[in-house]
Amino acid sequence: MYDVIGIWAGAFFTLAIYSFLYKENPIYRLAEHLVVGISLGYGIAVTYSNVLKPRLIDPVNSGGHWILVIPGLMGFLYITRFFPRISWLSRYPIALLMGTSMGVAFPLTMKAAVLRQLESAIIPLYREGMSWDVVLGSVIMLLGTLAALIYFFFSKPHKGPFFGFGSRIGIWVIMLGFGATFGFTVMGRISLLIGRVQFLLSDWLHLIK
Amino acid sequence: MKRTVPLLIVLVGGILMMVQYFIPHQVSQSIFNYYTDWAPIVSSFALILGIGSLTRVHAHKIRRKADNWQYSWAVLIPLYLMPVLGLIWPKSMGGGMDAPSIFHFMYMYIQIPIQATMFSLLAFYIASAAFRAFRAKSALATVLLLAAVVVMLGQVPIGELLGSWFPKLGLWILRYPNLAAKRAIMLGVGFGMLATNLKIIFGVERNWLGGVGK
Repeated sequence: MYDVIGIWAGAFFTLAIYSFLYKENPIYRLAEHLVVGISLGYGIAVTYSNVLKPRLIDPVNSGGHWILVIPGLMGFLYITRFFPRISWLSRYPIALLMGTSMGVAFPLTMKAAVLRQLESAIIPLYREGMSWDVVLGSVIMLLGTLAALIYFFFSKPHKGPFFGFGSRIGIWVIMLGFGATFGFTVMGRISLLIGRVQFLLSDWLHLIK
Repeated sequence: MKRTVPLLIVLVGGILMMVQYFIPHQVSQSIFNYYTDWAPIVSSFALILGIGSLTRVHAHKIRRKADNWQYSWAVLIPLYLMPVLGLIWPKSMGGGMDAPSIFHFMYMYIQIPIQATMFSLLAFYIASAAFRAFRAKSALATVLLLAAVVVMLGQVPIGELLGSWFPKLGLWILRYPNLAAKRAIMLGVGFGMLATNLKIIFGVERNWLGGVGK
């Protein structure tokens, strides 16, 4: 019974959202507002049960972890944002998170977004037993990455054999990339659409198996 | 106290966490452990700001009877009902977070279908955007069009009918030239992130302080 009512509710809200394709209407607006409230309410419950309870409330209640009161109090300072006279106190928890997160992120970003990307663009360029299309692809990837980087390098005018030619190749590579990404995104959205239509025709109406 | 201390916290915290990465020592490991224990606790309280400002906006709309004020109840009621149902309400009366419960029902059969449908709705708009964007007006626009068509057709059965090489070509485009463009963008984003990190740690970028209390 629980699942049956659930499927009917799911079908109702699926159709409510699709009704927007005709025009904006009260049922669509209701669904749109409900999802905001439910998702934030869900976030509150999950944050409490997955973060605050196991990491702060339970350890402090069990005793011996009184040091965790410090981040708890620090977190409470966020609330001062609602009181204009002392709202500057909310900068303290933001500063703590901002500073430490930036510090932690710096070497990790350097590693993941720069060094690893550079390494993966070059290695393996060629290895014994590689098929010709993979070798060609690897060479295109290296030269393409370099050319696209030149295109994004605005400190030098895009003139001359290196910057001029490089940036011209770069824009071709970028267009190819954007086209492929667009096509991939379209297919992703289409498969979501198929999923919803399948839900309506199979789970709800039992018209297809 | 209002600006200097927060900037100092950022500077000290940032340098400390940056340095600890390069010094594999028990002390630096315990500093990092403090970070992993404390950061989720502090950041979870930021949710209060979101709840507070959303409540303020919608309560204001209801009080003023602004346009479509009735829908604000559809935001506020589930916003406060969900945590009560999931955390406080007795299980014997449909409370709790696990199925079967009202909390689980609202998440599974209202939130998930609405979100999935909203994303699938984009299929229609992306199709109309494609119609406008994919006009082979120039050589570059033609490349964009061809890449998208090959990738799209390569993923559906009709691509296979055109020839077994067709899906392979789509995959090859995704794997190599597409990745080259993305990698260049990722590298640019990476350098941007590094620069922003340093600017925040050393107090060059101070927008996060906001204007509150000056």
